[in-house]
Amino acid sequence: MYDMKALYEAESVEHAIALRLEHPTAQIIAGGSDVLVQMREGKRAGAELISIYGIDALRGVTLDEEENLRIGSLTSFSHITRDALIQERCNVLGEAVDQVGSPQIRNIGTIGGNTCNGVTSADSASTLHAWEAIVELTGKNGVRRLPIHDFYLRAGKVDLRVEEGEIQTAILIPKASYERTFGHYIKYGMRNAMEIATLGCSVNVRLSPDKTIIERCRIAYGVAGPVPMRCPSAEAAANGHRPTEELAETFSRAVLEDINPRDSWRASKAFRQHIAVEMARRCLIKSIRKAGGALQ
Amino acid sequence: MSKHVGKSVTRVDGFDKAAGRTKYYEDRVPSDALYVRIKHAERAHAMVKSIDTAAASAIPGVVKVLTCFDVPDTPFPTAGHPWSMDPGHQDVADRHLLNRHVRYWGDDVAVVIAENEVAAMRGVRALTVEYEDLPFVLDAQKAMEEGAPQLHERFPRNILKHTDMRKGDYAAAIQEEGLIKVEGWYDTPTVQHCHIENHGCFAYEENGRVVVVASTQIPHIIRRVVGQALGRPWGDIQIIKPYIGGGFGNKQDALYEPLCAWCTTQVGGRCVRIDCAREETFVSNRVRHAIRFHIVSWLRPDGTFAARKVECYSNQGAYASHGHSIVAKAMGSFPQHYPCPNMECDAWTVFTNRPAAGAMRGYGMPQASFADESNIDDCARAVGMDPMEFRRKNIMPVGYHDAFSGNTNYFDTYNQCMDKGAAFIDYARKRAEFAADTGPVRRGIGLATFWYNTAVYPISLETSSNRMLLNLDGTVTMQCGETEIGQGADTAYAQMTAEAVGLRSYRDVHVVSCQDTDITPTGLGAYASRQTYVAGFSIRQTAELLKEKILKYACEVTRQAVHNMDIADGNIIRKGDGQVLMSLSELAMTAQYNPVHSEHITAESTYTIRNNAYSFGCTFAEVEVDIPLCKVTLKKVVNVHDCGSLINPALAEAQVHGGMSMAIGYGLSEQLLFDEKTGKPLNNNLLDYKLSTFMDHPRLEAEFVENAEPTSPFGTKALGEPPACSGAPAIRNAILNATGVAIDRNPINPHVLFAEFTKAGLIRDEWQEGKEE
Repeated sequence: MYDMKALYEAESVEHAIALRLEHPTAQIIAGGSDVLVQMREGKRAGAELISIYGIDALRGVTLDEEENLRIGSLTSFSHITRDALIQERCNVLGEAVDQVGSPQIRNIGTIGGNTCNGVTSADSASTLHAWEAIVELTGKNGVRRLPIHDFYLRAGKVDLRVEEGEIQTAILIPKASYERTFGHYIKYGMRNAMEIATLGCSVNVRLSPDKTIIERCRIAYGVAGPVPMRCPSAEAAANGHRPTEELAETFSRAVLEDINPRDSWRASKAFRQHIAVEMARRCLIKSIRKAGGALQ
Repeated sequence: MSKHVGKSVTRVDGFDKAAGRTKYYEDRVPSDALYVRIKHAERAHAMVKSIDTAAASAIPGVVKVLTCFDVPDTPFPTAGHPWSMDPGHQDVADRHLLNRHVRYWGDDVAVVIAENEVAAMRGVRALTVEYEDLPFVLDAQKAMEEGAPQLHERFPRNILKHTDMRKGDYAAAIQEEGLIKVEGWYDTPTVQHCHIENHGCFAYEENGRVVVVASTQIPHIIRRVVGQALGRPWGDIQIIKPYIGGGFGNKQDALYEPLCAWCTTQVGGRCVRIDCAREETFVSNRVRHAIRFHIVSWLRPDGTFAARKVECYSNQGAYASHGHSIVAKAMGSFPQHYPCPNMECDAWTVFTNRPAAGAMRGYGMPQASFADESNIDDCARAVGMDPMEFRRKNIMPVGYHDAFSGNTNYFDTYNQCMDKGAAFIDYARKRAEFAADTGPVRRGIGLATFWYNTAVYPISLETSSNRMLLNLDGTVTMQCGETEIGQGADTAYAQMTAEAVGLRSYRDVHVVSCQDTDITPTGLGAYASRQTYVAGFSIRQTAELLKEKILKYACEVTRQAVHNMDIADGNIIRKGDGQVLMSLSELAMTAQYNPVHSEHITAESTYTIRNNAYSFGCTFAEVEVDIPLCKVTLKKVVNVHDCGSLINPALAEAQVHGGMSMAIGYGLSEQLLFDEKTGKPLNNNLLDYKLSTFMDHPRLEAEFVENAEPTSPFGTKALGEPPACSGAPAIRNAILNATGVAIDRNPINPHVLFAEFTKAGLIRDEWQEGKEE
């Protein structure tokens, strides 16, 4: 039995915004795979909940008029993985969220919940950072869009404004981001399922048409810091260079200048740094291969 | 010729379990039961000075708050051991229902009883406990040091017990010239059973007695413990055990049955329920003993042992529970598994401020196997021998006899099992092939054997009672105290009963799965891999009695002499020509409704078992080690067991699969962690405690060598626990084979591999180099 004070079920985005304004201390619940666990632990005992789970308008993946990928915030992980548009244009996102927990969790868990939870270990987060996703927030004054990097304020805290009655309604991946771009994600866990990442690494590349130059390389980590983060030094080391063994080496070592994992009983800083380098190297090589290139 | 045993028939409870219709304790709780929720101490070692209950009592729905200052001062033991008439052999009584002296983080200090769960949990959160902190100790060897924090007054230096074993003359033997010394410290972790159904129970008073319905493996023993804890005659207590969702030894202990029984007496006999959350199950039930071994082996260059020394330090945690029995069994395996003329063995069981350790699948043998089989591989390496050949040279030979237990190694089981396992995994070819691996990803193959025995004779009583009733339709209802806990015992009993009585089908046996101490013949429960072995004796004996009664009555009807008749396929037949004289149903109806001589035909008997049986086997594991990522992938694994004749091969295979899965977790990922600064458990949930999933398993392969056990009426012996024993060291030895790195602790997780590979120079110190750049 959950210790909850009240549950309000939103029937539409407008209704959700109204409920938010009416019950500013209420917690939004979508699939519930994070919120209910926290309630069971007594962390949100006695909470009021606003469920947005019934708003079907927030489900599904589409292309907008500018051919940006638009992922409704309530789209479940398993639907993202199986979506044809995702498979075609940003397959790595589907692969990444296919590593969340278990099949049951992937059926109930949503990408909106995964990002609004604000944790660094979310399997979607590093890939969304690496693909420079845009978060769409809808409130009483309309729609606000901001880069996912800015959406994450600090560990467990995202830029979702209660006073505006905001809820997250979509995540967009711009065409400029996914065009001719291929990526790879490695989730490092202590087991192969039912796991939260010890470290997550997502890399993507765009090669020159003749596949000899890395035109653009982007890399982001989860759990390498309090929020998901990009690695500017590593990216600079790769951009405009030929894909070689040496480059993979330079690139992967450069991540150590960017990341700042912490020491905890779950894993030491030294261990996380060690695997970060190896994961960066493997992700880069795999991305190059997926893009049709090869190490020269 | 057996008709029913040896067949892979469908489980008697299979349909209901698959359909979700089986009733567990939670399905039987009356809807008006009160919720008891426990306040667990947030200190590793302290005295409770006071508990402020005012706020909790004021919460709507809270019925009563009881604290450690309210409980009777009658200490009781909890171990699920048979009672001993010898006071010196009885379990240590060191428990109270709630504790003023907090001895581990999670100890029970108070309960809130409420109308619903939310009120009870709010009540628990509203309690304010004032502690006087005491220094604490988490490590067994540190707890033995002079001046270490004391947990129990009666046990100086926290030593619950020390035993030893001496054979030959160790000191003289090691003087032999040319000996090679192979020494190691082997550390095994605290792990938890993680059975699917958490422990729970409910209790109420009825006609002045206390009834407890509990998720337990040992109803008859629980009856005694609840009586002791409440200071009431044992007949005042009735324990009912419905279907349970696994136990693996955790429920071979009195867990919250005594507290629940006491709580009902404090609320006027109203029904109260205690349901452990998973987080509580990890900490406030029982765990497996973390045992540290120090082994010194003295080898001759030809690969034979001159002498061995073994020291075992067993971390008991805060309360005695099963106590020294576990490490005693572990130590006892060493001289038998690899007999050596000169041995010195010592074992200590030591209290620490950790959760209490009790029985867990393998009872000391997963720990002993990890240490011994690691050292054996290290020995083989030291003399440059193949590890399997080294084992063949030193392992218990055929004909070996142990005077204490009376066990004999009747067959050359170890070699037969190794032959089968080696062939299955293609040992020799792969070992040669994998030796060429020198890159970042390397493959390896390893093996480990294990020693085990069946049941608890001669250390404790072994007894089994049984009741059979002939129903009017010619079927037989059977009851015994050896419990079904998910392992399939009821199905094996049905097969053995059908065989022994002479029924048409095992489906003609109705095993009463639920034990009720008011009704069920007294038995000891499910533990020590004993059920099929010990129940076999009483089933055979009781079936003989039942047959005798049936045939005696049949004699009146058929006018055939008793010795001239038999029962086959559910019919009474004439022995000479096999002529069917009448069906069992006709006989039962005739006997029941005979106006002159009416009889309901029933038989009941107790068999005292004074035998034990070895049950041996091995694991072969193939791994792929990704050195830079510090990851091990188990590619292939096979267990080979000689557990005698199989009663039900499909169930036996399933039993082995489950044990292998536990062994994989033990080898690679599972460990309960504690904060060194506070003693607080860090990962008592199924996310942070890395129980292996089937995504971490290759296909689990089970093979058998069926040497019929001569002491058993059905040729059977232990299989419950043995599958959990040799998997972890086989994986460890495969990693050694792959990388040349000998890792002397489990679980061998990425953190351990990172440290070990760094030490061995197999991985670069990137983050340091990165800094320099």
